[in-house]
Amino acid sequence: MKKLLAIAVIGAAAMGMAMTANAADLIKVGYAQVGHESDWRTANTKNYQDTFTEDNGYSLELVDCDNDHAKQIEAVRNFIQEGLDYIIIAPIQSAGWDTVLQEAQDAGIPVIIADREIDADESLYTAWVGTAPHDEGVTAGKWLGEQLGDKEANILQIEGSVGASAAIGRTEGFQEEADKHDNWKILDSQSGDFTQDGGQQVMESFIKSYEGKFNVVVCQNDNEAYGAMDAMDAAGITYGVDGDVTLISYDATHDGLQYTLDGKFNLDVECNPIQAQTVSDVIQKIQNKEDYEKKTLIKDEAFNAPGIKSEFATEITKDILDKRAY
Amino acid sequence: MSKLKALTHRKLFLPIVSMILVMLINVIYDTATGSAPFSFFYITVKNGVLYGRLIDVLNRGSEIAILAIGMTIVVSASAGTDISVGSVMALYSAVCCVTLAGFGVTNTSTYARPLIVGILLGILVCVLCGAINGFFVAYLNIQPMVATLILWSAGRAIGLLLCNSQYVYIRVPSFRVIGGYIGFLPTPILVVAICITVMTLFLKFTALGTYVQSVGINKKAARIAGFNSARIIFLAYVICGLCAGLAGMVATSRIYSADTNNIGLNMELDAILSVALGGNSLAGGKFSLAGSLIGAYTIQAITTTMYALGVDPAQAPVFKAVVVLIIVVIQAQPVKDFFAARAARKAVKEAA
Repeated sequence: MKKLLAIAVIGAAAMGMAMTANAADLIKVGYAQVGHESDWRTANTKNYQDTFTEDNGYSLELVDCDNDHAKQIEAVRNFIQEGLDYIIIAPIQSAGWDTVLQEAQDAGIPVIIADREIDADESLYTAWVGTAPHDEGVTAGKWLGEQLGDKEANILQIEGSVGASAAIGRTEGFQEEADKHDNWKILDSQSGDFTQDGGQQVMESFIKSYEGKFNVVVCQNDNEAYGAMDAMDAAGITYGVDGDVTLISYDATHDGLQYTLDGKFNLDVECNPIQAQTVSDVIQKIQNKEDYEKKTLIKDEAFNAPGIKSEFATEITKDILDKRAY
Repeated sequence: MSKLKALTHRKLFLPIVSMILVMLINVIYDTATGSAPFSFFYITVKNGVLYGRLIDVLNRGSEIAILAIGMTIVVSASAGTDISVGSVMALYSAVCCVTLAGFGVTNTSTYARPLIVGILLGILVCVLCGAINGFFVAYLNIQPMVATLILWSAGRAIGLLLCNSQYVYIRVPSFRVIGGYIGFLPTPILVVAICITVMTLFLKFTALGTYVQSVGINKKAARIAGFNSARIIFLAYVICGLCAGLAGMVATSRIYSADTNNIGLNMELDAILSVALGGNSLAGGKFSLAGSLIGAYTIQAITTTMYALGVDPAQAPVFKAVVVLIIVVIQAQPVKDFFAARAARKAVKEAA
């Protein structure tokens, strides 16, 4: 089935190339996307489709790799064989890229790594554009420090999937800030696998182990935070702006920000999926033989509940929420 | 002494011992850290609902327990496993939520159709999945793992197509009841209780249990003896599909959404493991439903224990593997034989 699909895709691409032969001035770009596992990813895909348009001088070939590393490598190989002008990869797995990156280099095709970290020598790819989960963790920590002042923090953390770069970065960044405060204690940190069910289950257990002993809950994505809210509701624990527990989340999806607006989340740190324009800027610079940054960091914002003033986060309003692309 | 012996020779003795062992880990840990030694077993009422780790085990283990019921019948009748159940759970979630929200809607606070329509349609699709599996295995004689592999990969994929690869949230309070609470009782526990009662009565009053076991022990002999072997195997898979649907119903209601990517993920493995931990042979034939249920709750007890102990997330899978390994070794036939032989030698020595 997958092979059939691949053949179909290649066939369609070949036909597409034949048809647009006279439009040879279009920059041919291939994007090996991770998959479609979340609202965030869908927003990211749409952002690429809206940016790399023919009107903007591109022909985009987007392959959805279904979270399958082997499939992604295959997609990149196909891009190389088709002789595209640029290849963009959002690596599903950080390791195992050396061979195929070398192949691209030998073919003289610039490769741009997008969104996630990669475990390969810098000489093997042209540029990197993405967000820094580490900085998101730091932002959450700084915001909490500012809000709590001298008060002590007993923190429970629900981590993302074990080994995911977003989970590792957010854990480390937050830990760095926590280490700066003597009266902060991370009581426990468990994985909720980035899912609502996982968040619910971990929180249920946390409540039993640390009943009445915690005042901060940090969830590494919005879905886990929904689960944590369900568990706290069931146990009669209050959270958010008017509650006993400060609830911090990451991602800033539409639903997550709605909860922030309602005062259920105190803070939601964004992980920005709007990355295509930055990638396009890099490509334009390479095209014009201008200097470009090897690594471009896309700024993540943070939003806190209405009524909270902070230098690290913006107060969320209905207006901001309605204007967001995802 | 003879009473003890009779006890240790009961079929369910070792599965129960295994479950107690898992729970003992908590007692040891709590004692070592200076908490109340038996805090794992405390059950109280908090915020108007039952509260405690044992309740968590019973509540959270519901999906595995329901799957284990269906899996036991399938294993017994066909000497094979249905690996599509996790994927079918996800399909339930997609069908039910898309029916209730309307196609293309990702977030709703009103039902597009009555709740019961969504649930029944979801269950119906799952029963149909069971029938497809059953047809392949019973009538086309395809090996169970291969036959169910089809829906293992297709079930979730169809679900994702239905949901447009998005989460579909049903934010209506009544939708959350099945995964939430009725009065002070977590509803999933009630769902399991109903499933067990119905299944036990069904097995008792229809002789299906005898049929299934006969077919599982020797399909040909059963057919010669006058059983319609193929039909019984087919029925076993239909029951398994129904169970997958019910498990999906609980899991979906818990998170009041269709998280098609994650619902039931890898749960077929837990279901198969429950059957094995319950002392049932995966080669088919005789089965004990109670054993499988004990196995299911043992698996959940391990998970709950890991959370309670605060095992590092990166090491959690290793911890689980070690506990499962110990349980499996305790129940292995050579180990049982070894202890039986030792007991016999000891008895001879004492007599001499």
